[in-house]
Amino acid sequence: MTVSAAPSEASSASAAPRSGGVRRSVLRRVAPYLQAGPLALTLLVFLLIPILTIVAVSFWDYDSIRIYPDFVLTNYEELLTSPVTWKTYLNTVKFAALTWVITLLIGFTVAYFLAFHVQSTTWQMVLFLVCTIPFWTSNIIRMISWIPFLGRNGLLNSGLISAGLIDQPLEFLLFSDFAVVLAFVHLYALFMVVPIFNSMMRIDRALVEAARDGGASAAQVVWNVILPLAKPGIAIGSIFVVTLVMGDFITVRLMSGGQSASIGLMIANEISLLQYPAAAANAVVLLAVVLIMVVAMLRIVDIRKEL
Amino acid sequence: MTGTGNRRGLSFYLLAAFFGLFVLFLYGPIATITILSFQGPEGGLTFPMNGVSLHWFRNLFEQQAVGDFGGSFRRSIALGLTVMVLTVLFSLLAGFAFRRRFLGSGALFYLAVASLIVPSILVSLGIGLLFNILGIEPTWYGSALGAHLTWTLPFGLLIVFAIFNRFNPAYEEAARDLGATPWQTVRHVVLPILLPSLIGVGLFGFTLSYDEFARTLMTAGSFNTLPLEIYGMTTNVTTPVLYALGTLTTLFSFTVIGLFLAGVMILRRRRLRRTGGAA
Repeated sequence: MTVSAAPSEASSASAAPRSGGVRRSVLRRVAPYLQAGPLALTLLVFLLIPILTIVAVSFWDYDSIRIYPDFVLTNYEELLTSPVTWKTYLNTVKFAALTWVITLLIGFTVAYFLAFHVQSTTWQMVLFLVCTIPFWTSNIIRMISWIPFLGRNGLLNSGLISAGLIDQPLEFLLFSDFAVVLAFVHLYALFMVVPIFNSMMRIDRALVEAARDGGASAAQVVWNVILPLAKPGIAIGSIFVVTLVMGDFITVRLMSGGQSASIGLMIANEISLLQYPAAAANAVVLLAVVLIMVVAMLRIVDIRKEL
Repeated sequence: MTGTGNRRGLSFYLLAAFFGLFVLFLYGPIATITILSFQGPEGGLTFPMNGVSLHWFRNLFEQQAVGDFGGSFRRSIALGLTVMVLTVLFSLLAGFAFRRRFLGSGALFYLAVASLIVPSILVSLGIGLLFNILGIEPTWYGSALGAHLTWTLPFGLLIVFAIFNRFNPAYEEAARDLGATPWQTVRHVVLPILLPSLIGVGLFGFTLSYDEFARTLMTAGSFNTLPLEIYGMTTNVTTPVLYALGTLTTLFSFTVIGLFLAGVMILRRRRLRRTGGAA
């Protein structure tokens, strides 16, 4: 944050005529609250209070028709003692881990190419835009667009068959865990590329030069200079990817064809069955798990310094 | 730029090939469904093409059974534009606030970051439950608008932070020294410098809202937005009409992105010309 302007503001205020100075200094003190007000109010009404509502409802009771205000622990009991929950968590964490590793490798390589191998700034901007544009299009459409590629009679299968590599179409391509992870990587690789690229662009090129003059090979420069300095970007990208995958339900539902499960999907199903207290308890646990993961990743980096 | 030097070794070409594959991976599938949306009337969801026609695009506009495609499209645009305006306004204002220390600034910052990492379905569920308990009917222009803002505002805020961190306060001091009032400083110095980035914030606001699914699920009330409509179609439509819809919405997204980028470019060129003229 820029705080360096404060002293000069104070001096200019004292130089102003006295009464105007007083009024202005009051305004100056109140101004930040007015300016931050709309943001604070929106987040309060549509984020904080709803989450507190979820926490409250997670202790409520319900039957097949409605939910009752109460204080019961049965929702948590049923959730945590069910083997389905643990299996689903394991599955969700598996998706998150696989997606994280693959997007990290892709993101680092793509960002490294853009930041250090593309020489002209114009090309850098153009190629960066090419990478980011899909981020601004519909996720659901991007998932659907894999169907003609991965399907039983899809491009990949017919290509492999005509190349003589396989005789039977591969069944695991669509509506499988493979398809889910593929779609996650497709959707979320951008979230890795952008922050890592941002970190890399701030690396002082003289450091790279110095390392090379000192006799470091290209690989050593990447490993010992660029990688450590790109860590903040990696951490931010990882937080995005992991939290998006942990909370997802639509990708898992669409790409696994209902054959795989995730916590988000479990919550969505409970919602559609109107079992709100059960969904709420599930949501509270998910939020706790995600927050623990994020706090762990934030230990690596102070994101406020990295913007 | 100094970087890896002027010579392009093997590593450059390997990385360039990797980058090319990545771009193919990003755009290949959408290109495929674009081609397939021109299937003939007898064509199916996969290749081969069974003739070429606009059958499925026509189908999209006449078939009432698919649902309310036109209405949901209009609602999504109206919602996206509202989210865009509010995101730019709220995050810019908050950006000014955060340049000074104020009580609760830390808490507000963490709340905004939390808004990014709280899974979308929780926001959806929470707002749905809250409105349910309070007895308020959820609507796409009320509860869904709020739900979308919890996703777009943190992005907007972070972008505004990034701008202000790179912002040279000397410009403002110079304006003040020349006798500008605070409002004049903001209007004639700060805002013009921020404008291209604010267009970026607007792009985030509009497109993230236009495509948002999970946060709209429990908050849209009785009228669907476009992503909800598309999702409904995926479960019960098995013809290329789905691809036609995908092609159209993607085309629309590309147009919106193109307009924003053109806006930024025009601003930059005009500024370049102006500063060139001044010098």
